Amino acid sequence: MNIWEILIISLIKILIIVVMLLLTVAYSVYFERKISAWVQNRVGPNRVGWLGLLQPFADVFKLMFKEDIIPDAANKPLHTLAPFIALFVSFATYAVIPLGPPIELFGYKINLVVADVNIGILYVLALTSLGVYGITFAGWSSGSKYSLLGGIRSSAQMISYEVSMGFSVAGVILMSQSLSPVKIVEAQHGWMWNAILQPIGFITFLVSAFAETNRLPFDLPEAEPELVGGYHTEYSSFKFAGFFLAEYANMAIASAMIVTLYLGGYQVPYIEKLGLSYTLTTIIQIAAFLIKIGALIFFFMWVRWSLPRFRYDQLMSLGWKVMFPLALANIIWVAALIMIFGL
Amino acid sequence: MPVQKRKEDLNILEKLYIPEIVKGMALTLKNMFRPNVTMQYPEVRFEPPSSYRGRPVLVQEKNGTERCVACGLCSRVCPALAIEVQASETELEKERYPQKFEINMLRCIFCGFCEEVCPEEAIVMSKDYELVFKNRKDAIFGKDKLLVQVDNLKDRLEFLRKFK
Repeated sequence: MNIWEILIISLIKILIIVVMLLLTVAYSVYFERKISAWVQNRVGPNRVGWLGLLQPFADVFKLMFKEDIIPDAANKPLHTLAPFIALFVSFATYAVIPLGPPIELFGYKINLVVADVNIGILYVLALTSLGVYGITFAGWSSGSKYSLLGGIRSSAQMISYEVSMGFSVAGVILMSQSLSPVKIVEAQHGWMWNAILQPIGFITFLVSAFAETNRLPFDLPEAEPELVGGYHTEYSSFKFAGFFLAEYANMAIASAMIVTLYLGGYQVPYIEKLGLSYTLTTIIQIAAFLIKIGALIFFFMWVRWSLPRFRYDQLMSLGWKVMFPLALANIIWVAALIMIFGL
Repeated sequence: MPVQKRKEDLNILEKLYIPEIVKGMALTLKNMFRPNVTMQYPEVRFEPPSSYRGRPVLVQEKNGTERCVACGLCSRVCPALAIEVQASETELEKERYPQKFEINMLRCIFCGFCEEVCPEEAIVMSKDYELVFKNRKDAIFGKDKLLVQVDNLKDRLEFLRKFK
């Protein structure tokens, strides 16, 4: 393959991923509203298009035609930059997550991942930490006390939970002896899913993922009743849409990360024993990956409409006094597994 | 200030959060499969029971005259001062009739006192709940809007005879 072929293939992959991600985000907003309605014995959006399926587009057009307001007290460059940081970070994270096993297409061997980086997990951790900047900038530059409080809460929360997140990931890395997401997925063949081998790490990672994406039991940066809208109080029109998109994209990415690290990625246990052709196996594996992500997104929403918000001190003590020691215990557990069973 | 302790502290299972979270999530999951209670409003309309207190209306007899004898009790009892009655004399048996009967629907609080106090069962609460007006003048309902045929109010009149 020469450089042009690689470039074109990568561009096509990027295009597919971005379109997929945008559609996922649009429809997770729709399903969020639907699920909230079902939980509360309501119907949910059902007017725009068949079963309300065009609702996300109606929402986007509504946001597009709204006035873009920048408050007088705002720091204008940062105020404008913040939503773009949030968006960039959430979209860039997706580059290292493998969709399926390598495929042969038109004589090319194509990895179903935009960038097969051998330190992919580090890349993801680095980018998710950058995500704090978008929110903190937004909170600080708005020149509003509610936004500032939201931004500060967000940075404190994200830094605290990043620690336990990183330590839970360490267990996964020990197990697969690689930082590459592709290798991590390949190491989880059969029922060797990390969620089964290290349940404590799975739970700590799951909880930290909720905190990292600011989803409901930990949505203190937004906390509507206390902070109006949190860090995006002063945003309107498309910049607000940017934060909104980033939030839902983060949820999709957190789901994809959980699937990749703990639920076997695209692996379907014992599929190779069925004796299917390589193409069919690949299609089933990609479908399995997407179904796993969908199920996790549903789980995220289900949790949101079931649980109340944590108080801020509870959030912090949960992060440092419970999640952090548990993540450390998980590392010891994984080390013991490797020492004793030689996995 | 001394710290007040809870009457019952959480037990270990509750402190672990997870069993309680599972309980809560099972509840919401169960709710997801319950029939929903939404009414698709413009297409499906709520048909109120006869005990419903909608817009107050004047009962119109079959011969086209109103029952009201313009005693003014409804106007007196109205806590929101929404009713205005002007009496006049008539050749009919009831001798008096309201020359002008106006209810300001912006003031009406749907308490039903007017209906309770009326000696002639002439003013009753209907089932009409769709009250829309574009300006304040339109909100003052005169006799033309208030008079409703007695046949259309049977439910409410029967209800009143039973329970009033």
